Amino acid sequence: MTDRTYRAAPPGALRIEPLGELTAIFDRRSMQTHLVVSPMPEILEAMGVDPCGAALLASRLAASFDFDGDDDVQPILAERLDELAAMGLVERA
Amino acid sequence: MSAVRTFVDLLAARRAPATLLARDWDGVIGVARSEAMLATLAYRLVDADVPRAVAALFADQRAAAKVAQAQALWEAEMARRALAPAGIEFVLLKGAAYAAADMACAAGRQIGDLDILVLASDIRRAENLLLKAGWEWVKSDPYDDAYYREHMHELPPMIHKVRDRMIDVHHTILPRTHRITPDALALMSDAVKSGSGYAVLNPADMACHCAAHMLADGDLQGGLRNLWDFHMMTREFALADAGYWGKLDARADLHGLRAPVHRAARLARDLYGAELPGEWDRQDPADAWFRRRLLARDDWGRVTDPLLEQAFYIRSHWLRMPPAMLARHLWTKWRKR
Amino acid sequence: MRHSTRIAVGPVQFRIGSDWAEPIAALDRLYAGYPCDDARPADATVRLFAARPWRRRLRPSVHIGGDFIVPDALPLPLSMGLLAAEMGMNLQVALGWRRHMLLHASAVAKDGRALIMSGESGSGKSTLAALLGEKGGEGDWRLMGDEFTLIDPAAGDAFAFPRAVSLKNDAIAEVAAHVDPVRLGPLLAATPKGDIRHLIPRASAIAAMHEPARPALLLFPRFGGETAIEPMGEGEAFVRLTEASTNYVALGEAGFAALTRLVRETPAFGISYPDSATGIALVEQLWAETAR
Repeated sequence: MTDRTYRAAPPGALRIEPLGELTAIFDRRSMQTHLVVSPMPEILEAMGVDPCGAALLASRLAASFDFDGDDDVQPILAERLDELAAMGLVERA
Repeated sequence: MSAVRTFVDLLAARRAPATLLARDWDGVIGVARSEAMLATLAYRLVDADVPRAVAALFADQRAAAKVAQAQALWEAEMARRALAPAGIEFVLLKGAAYAAADMACAAGRQIGDLDILVLASDIRRAENLLLKAGWEWVKSDPYDDAYYREHMHELPPMIHKVRDRMIDVHHTILPRTHRITPDALALMSDAVKSGSGYAVLNPADMACHCAAHMLADGDLQGGLRNLWDFHMMTREFALADAGYWGKLDARADLHGLRAPVHRAARLARDLYGAELPGEWDRQDPADAWFRRRLLARDDWGRVTDPLLEQAFYIRSHWLRMPPAMLARHLWTKWRKR
Repeated sequence: MRHSTRIAVGPVQFRIGSDWAEPIAALDRLYAGYPCDDARPADATVRLFAARPWRRRLRPSVHIGGDFIVPDALPLPLSMGLLAAEMGMNLQVALGWRRHMLLHASAVAKDGRALIMSGESGSGKSTLAALLGEKGGEGDWRLMGDEFTLIDPAAGDAFAFPRAVSLKNDAIAEVAAHVDPVRLGPLLAATPKGDIRHLIPRASAIAAMHEPARPALLLFPRFGGETAIEPMGEGEAFVRLTEASTNYVALGEAGFAALTRLVRETPAFGISYPDSATGIALVEQLWAETAR
């Protein structure tokens, strides 16, 4: 399975405000408000300036999430990245 | 003086805002709203001497227009994300183009749907990519749908499932059945890149499209706004290029749009005080009919001449299709009402 | 337009035009106690019009229009012209106002702090606000509005939009029991929303309509159920309020900042209650416990 890579939003584009169980994200480019839950905020934070795919994300997030031999992690992260792309928060690289 | 004439005079800077009475503003604001130009007026009068309540309203409008413009340009960005990876090039049209190119007429301009122009050969692929990226069809009526595909210059309108915003994908700027047939290939191949990276029509083509949209295509809805766009852009282009009017004339000729382009220029002169070069600065008795339609708003923002409006509706369809088709189309539409 | 009037409610100056005299006369009676500034230009225009000239007299039916029109909206009979005018005023503000974030919520204020109640029609927000506004002496709760509450994006204060309160069905008798009949508008029977009577806010509420109040308590009432109080988290309150705002999206980042601040700084609860007396008691209890 090809690991699609995605690029994060440029610095300053997103305004991220935790609100209890939810995280509210305002995208200054689109003027849209997105309401997300874990692991979306963590994924966005783990993406650096370079294009990033599910495999790389999995290794970066292994510290904060207990994946422990979980084979499903990469496909799940790939799905989440796809959803973030549909929201416009990340872009296919 | 009527509110619509006061409104036009304010835009044209023929009237000082300080000379308006409080009651005059009611009518001017009402007309501006009905023409979708309140934010345009707010930008035009940004430093003017106006009553406090009007200044506050104008400030609201300018702020709201900035938000709306960002939303509209985002649609262009999402279209780019959907189409660019497949190598499909597109040219932005109308409001989104003016905003992308940071033009004077973009200030406060309401942008509705995203209008883009693609090559006729790319239209099927564009359709599929947009559907994949979350847009879906709007018109569900099979007759309208078939009519659109066969005869119009665009795909049936699409709307994004989540963002709820429309996109119109064109492959020419006037319907295939129109009596006038602009050169679509030239429009695309001679497009220019704006500062923000999007392709837009070159200055002469942009004014041609604006005039076509206002006079050869539509039924003069939103006429004052489209005319303002035409006036502001031709003024801006002429200031930057001494040979602009000559280029515009030649390009209009290429597209078969000389008549509407010249008419738009004369109307911009008559209403907004545009300065035209000699060959453009004529009088045409038929212009009076259009002026009446453009100014047919009362002080409560209503269209004052419904018969005139009806005549323009029929005229716009007459231009779009052969008479036999027109009769059939209108009959089917009226039966459904 | 043949007949017209001008009304200021909160920060909004309306001009209302009508093809008939009756709705204008009814509005003038309801809003007689409101301040009038003829020199102030209108922010919003409402039009009550006949679809065809002959429909002014023949089976007169009132279409609602103005700056904004809802296409295909059904007209109302002339006997309900006052309702049409009120709906028209709501429509223009809901679609056109950009100076404040609009919440579909009622609000009352005490000691410079606001209690905001958000909910759909039937939640009881209007009735609760009206009853609170009538309590005790003039120094108790101030009615800010029954339909819209305005939030200033810059400083976060709540501002009043105290139009005549729209009482429906059972609420009419309930509130009428507490007020001087001269403060009630005509009975509009069997409208699409049931029986309606308008309540003119107290003179003190009208006089104070430009005074801001700091949001101190957010409630989401539900009329008709077991008595219950449920604390609501910031996230849920945020979501509910975006759904309750007609102009949140149009305000861009200013709206996002205002709403984020509102839910972070204001305790929020869902409450359900079987009758008004219980509802009022719940409100007073929560106000005493949480409002700072």
